[in-house]
Amino acid sequence: MTTPAAAPLLKMLLAQTRSELLIRWRVPAFSVTNLVLPIVFFIFFGLPIAHLRSGDGVSIGAYLLASFGAYAVGNVMVYGFGIGVANERGMKIDRLMRASPLPPFVFMLAKVVTALLFALLALVLLIGFGIVAGGIREPPAVWATIITRLLAGSLPFIALGFAIGYWSGPNAAPAVANLVYLPLSFASGLFVPLSQLPDFVQRLAPYLPSYHYAQLAWSALGAGHESLGESLLWLGGYSALFLTLAVRFYRREERAKFA
Amino acid sequence: MPPVVEARGLTKRFGDVEALTGLDLVAEPGQVTALLGPNGAGKTTSIALMLGLRRPTAGQALLFGLDPDDRRARSRCGVMLQESGTTGMLTVREIVNLFRAYYPSPLPAARAIALAGLDARADARAGTLSGGERQRLYFALAVCGDPEALFLDEPTVGMDVETRRGVLESIRALSATGKTIVLTTHYLEEADQLAHRIVVIDRGVVIADATPREIKSRIPSKRINFRPETAVGDTTFRGLPVQNLEIADHRVHLLSNEPEVVLQALFERGVVLRDLEVTGADLEEAFLSLTRRA
Repeated sequence: MTTPAAAPLLKMLLAQTRSELLIRWRVPAFSVTNLVLPIVFFIFFGLPIAHLRSGDGVSIGAYLLASFGAYAVGNVMVYGFGIGVANERGMKIDRLMRASPLPPFVFMLAKVVTALLFALLALVLLIGFGIVAGGIREPPAVWATIITRLLAGSLPFIALGFAIGYWSGPNAAPAVANLVYLPLSFASGLFVPLSQLPDFVQRLAPYLPSYHYAQLAWSALGAGHESLGESLLWLGGYSALFLTLAVRFYRREERAKFA
Repeated sequence: MPPVVEARGLTKRFGDVEALTGLDLVAEPGQVTALLGPNGAGKTTSIALMLGLRRPTAGQALLFGLDPDDRRARSRCGVMLQESGTTGMLTVREIVNLFRAYYPSPLPAARAIALAGLDARADARAGTLSGGERQRLYFALAVCGDPEALFLDEPTVGMDVETRRGVLESIRALSATGKTIVLTTHYLEEADQLAHRIVVIDRGVVIADATPREIKSRIPSKRINFRPETAVGDTTFRGLPVQNLEIADHRVHLLSNEPEVVLQALFERGVVLRDLEVTGADLEEAFLSLTRRA
């Protein structure tokens, strides 16, 4: 009798992703903040001025949907990984995982796939809401470009989430995630367009990751402030920085728990 | 075929503390090995080193002849750890199904859940389980992959009598089907019921490695208890097969495997006894005497 020596990795990834999706769906702290919060913010900050156009003819509604879309994806990543990983560490889920035949990279990959699916859902709901409730019209290809770019460019926020998750304890993680991500989003002009923010914030913004991340979406509407290459360079740099931090905190944890 | 576990000179130091010193252990296929010892003896560390959850300071552990981190080795092992958790948001069945996907040829989920006696709670979220039920869920996760080897760290801790009996029954049934089992316990009774071989560990050192029968013959089975009418001291018992001798409040307590020999000698030494009681020693108490002596 020949039995395979190990279960196929794809089967593991599918089962793991399915579980992660169920867990995220069942934890309101994740599902509500991920899916509903961006829409609520858009209702307050975006809907009242959605019908306006900027001087160069860009729809303010579409511009703000792009902004809140960038906020929504980063939100899914920073909160999902930050709080999720910190919680799992607190519950010592990692120990049993370590002893199981599941390779750690499949465990991580399932989390990333789940987060991307949630981010996609958050974008579809947000943009759908903008179209239906705000009457915002753009060609489907523009929406598709915004969605694709925001999902593909989310690596720095995945890394930031992992860094927070491995750095802070389960009780501190929500506070840390909020303290890092909300000011970052605000100062990057995701809630209120940069031109309406105080002068020092306008000067600070071009150094922040969320600013360059939102450019990916804004430039799809012809409203970007920099070239795509420039944005990607910044995002690559921030990815490297946050990944370095995440790996550092992860190693510290490894030494304490599994050395 | 390589042994399931092959540990040579396993040593683990945490800072200044040597948690385990030179553990040698070979678990052959089909054998049930119990690591027996009081809390803090180094049993959990032993399991962690065998499974590659921790790196030994010295020595080496192999699983099925492979590095313990090797996925092929892991795929042949089911594991129940003491300090581990699982998500509370999935049901028992969902978590069992998830773990089944980690293994090449798992048991049907219902079978794993039945082995753990969790049928009635199969659709309950893990977060709603009681401590004992949670422990049974971990047991289900250990067996659901139908692995050749099971590593069970204190499998019955926190279980009530009824549950414990059920899980011991399941372990015996699994052993009967040829599974190799390495378990830790601080109950001699549990080790005696389940194991082909008992490795007694105390303060990181193996102090006995033998069959349950041999271990039991080495530990005192009777407790003798009397009030001496004449003065007695430690010297009174010199050369006699006694352990855990306590002389206090005009009473003498001791443990022995040969109560007749002890009493005979005491009479010959002119000791006058009152209120003599000879009872079966509590196994746990007797076992403690074995570790204390080391």
